[in-house]
Amino acid sequence: MKIPLKYTLRNFKSRRLTTAITVAGIALVVFVFAAVLMLAHGIQKTLVATGMPDNVIVARKSANGEISSIIVRSDYNVMLTLPYIAKQADGKPLASGETVVIINLAKNTGGLSNVTVRGVAPEAFLLRPQVHVVEGRMFKAGAREVIVGSATAKNFAETNIGSTVTFGGNQWTIVGKFDAGGSGFDSEMWGDNDQLQDAFNRQGGYSTMTFKLDQPEAFNAFKAAFDAEPRLQQFEPKIEKKFFEEQSEAMASFIRILGIFITVVFSFGATIGAMITMYAAVANRTVEVGTLRALGFKRRSVLSAFLIESLSLALIGGVIGLFLASFLQFFSISTLNYQSFSELQFSFALSPSIVFTSLFFSLFMGFAGGFLPAVRAARLNIVNALRSA
Amino acid sequence: MRVLKLIFKNALRHKLRTSLTVLGMAIAVMAFGVLRTVVDMYYEGLEATAANRLITRQSVSFIFPLPYSYRDKIAKIPGVETVSFANWFGGTYKDKNNFFARMGVDPETIFEVYPEYLISAKELATFKQERNSCVVGSTIAKQYGFKIGDIIPIDGDIYPGKWEFVVRGIYKPRDKSTDGTQMFFHWSAIDERMKVDMPGRAGNVGWYIIKIKDPAQAAAISEQVDAPFKNSSNSTKTETERAFTQGFISGFSSLLNAMNAVSYIIIGIIMLVLGNTMIMSARERTNEYAILKTLGFSGGHLFGLIFGESLFISALGACAGVLLTYPIVAGIEAVVPKGFFPYFFITPSTLIIAASAALLIGVAASIFPIQRALRTKIVDGLRFAG
Repeated sequence: MKIPLKYTLRNFKSRRLTTAITVAGIALVVFVFAAVLMLAHGIQKTLVATGMPDNVIVARKSANGEISSIIVRSDYNVMLTLPYIAKQADGKPLASGETVVIINLAKNTGGLSNVTVRGVAPEAFLLRPQVHVVEGRMFKAGAREVIVGSATAKNFAETNIGSTVTFGGNQWTIVGKFDAGGSGFDSEMWGDNDQLQDAFNRQGGYSTMTFKLDQPEAFNAFKAAFDAEPRLQQFEPKIEKKFFEEQSEAMASFIRILGIFITVVFSFGATIGAMITMYAAVANRTVEVGTLRALGFKRRSVLSAFLIESLSLALIGGVIGLFLASFLQFFSISTLNYQSFSELQFSFALSPSIVFTSLFFSLFMGFAGGFLPAVRAARLNIVNALRSA
Repeated sequence: MRVLKLIFKNALRHKLRTSLTVLGMAIAVMAFGVLRTVVDMYYEGLEATAANRLITRQSVSFIFPLPYSYRDKIAKIPGVETVSFANWFGGTYKDKNNFFARMGVDPETIFEVYPEYLISAKELATFKQERNSCVVGSTIAKQYGFKIGDIIPIDGDIYPGKWEFVVRGIYKPRDKSTDGTQMFFHWSAIDERMKVDMPGRAGNVGWYIIKIKDPAQAAAISEQVDAPFKNSSNSTKTETERAFTQGFISGFSSLLNAMNAVSYIIIGIIMLVLGNTMIMSARERTNEYAILKTLGFSGGHLFGLIFGESLFISALGACAGVLLTYPIVAGIEAVVPKGFFPYFFITPSTLIIAASAALLIGVAASIFPIQRALRTKIVDGLRFAG
């Protein structure tokens, strides 16, 4: 026969403080656990959203990021002759050679940080339909004008429309603000490629080239043609989505490794806390357990009653922790990305798998903490238990 | 004396509970220590800076080069002792994961401005003579097994093409905070190739390192360095090495803040574990406290008993935690690539903070049970049945 659930719930009430402390401990652990996973997921989500699945980006093989890649113009022209590059209505290839540099700007929170400045061709906006101007206007070709991403505008001082930024010996006017749908481009600043190349003395070449495939599945065929071209051996084409996802790898794995270490350690603490509570619960209720057994409840029932008690403590803690962590979605963090060496804004992002993992994790702590005490309770000898006071 | 014995006996009454608590605290103290070490790692770069070194870089950002011709102009400024320069080379050694700093430098002056990189006079002389030679830090020499005479192949990205450098020296870091993970070769070797391949990029250096005679003059000299280039397209920004490094760190500030916050949550968790144990112990002993009071022991005695026990357990936890921190940090250090984290070691202040936080928690955890024990009336205490 099963011991009624009510018995378990009543016990929580009679030892309110200890119960609350244990639940709080588990809630804290689950909160941190979920927060860390949400952060790592947020970075990846941002950078995955940056790339399109049917865009291809070409960079130098040995380059770790866009800024350290160089494609000289003659190589760029060779690339344009390759097959599978989508064409525009007028027959021009749908490709954008881009110059990517970083500049220092003052952050709102004080101190300088690096902002990616991307020189783009008009095709860039066809290649990335998620980017559109939301305030002000587009920069004019041939003018020293730039538009800022929404995250850059938010995190950096003096990035309002009408302000000027000085670089390359010139003043550049910010004429518009663009939104890139929560992708990495939101943390950038865009301007006319020719103007920027001129200002940065980069007339010799681009950093990367991005183009659209004429059919989504053509990447392997394109890569084969690319690799067969002897003049392009130093370069490597990648699906844009994959390229930016790789840009998040170092950062996401740093957070994840650190986070998992912290949480494993935390979970030891919380499991031990649950164990202490459950051992005390068993010790305090020795007579009760004896009575239950005398009434005819089986050892198995006693075991499951205590285990259920510990699991429900953990589950309550887990739900509270997750509930609190879900509010983190309203926050975003802006920090240097190791790989691109420039500022990147991303938010905490919750996913079903994070919810599932967190709850499972809390139940695991409850089980680990409750099992041994429950076994002790189940193995109590009826006579001795009833006699102990 | 007798009270001490009672505290000791009390602590050992529930051996399982006490050891679990000590274990929980030890793990948390260790986690706190490791996390602080990670945060310290970022700031450790600041410790490595010297007050008599200035860094001059392109004012827009450090990825833009400066003309080599600035060198002589800077050298003429009064108060400047030596001007050296370097170029960030980047590139890849075999695999992108093998990250360490690779720089083209001026072999004549680099070890003069960085006296904390220790190199034998013989090795330095060979390095100066051979255009295709390089010097590597002892940390990466150990990690990748570089020996004198080895050829290190590098795939260039910023400086495209294949490059090969012969190891002619291994420098040793002087202090614990000195970076032993860098590779230096001749700036002129890069420049020669640029003159042929990309003439527009020849004659450029990444940044200047200026050794000054009097650190107090740093601000004045910085201004004098920047002034003549102010209106050129290659305007400069000169600051002390410390300010320069701080600029790098500030980019990671939100990440560091998050880690700091987590390290304090850890303290909160230790507190919950120990607090729980103390509350439970005191609750179980309600009858005993009543009896002690009946026998004439004062509130002060009860205070001492509970406080002492809490402090005793937390001290044990702190000691165990500190001892645990060393092998864990060593383990992490062995796993992470050296080039990313050149300064991964435990500082004494980390241990002091961790241990004192644990003791403080010992104090805090006893407050609630003490309050309860003192407030309970003798009659109620005797009647209490758990």
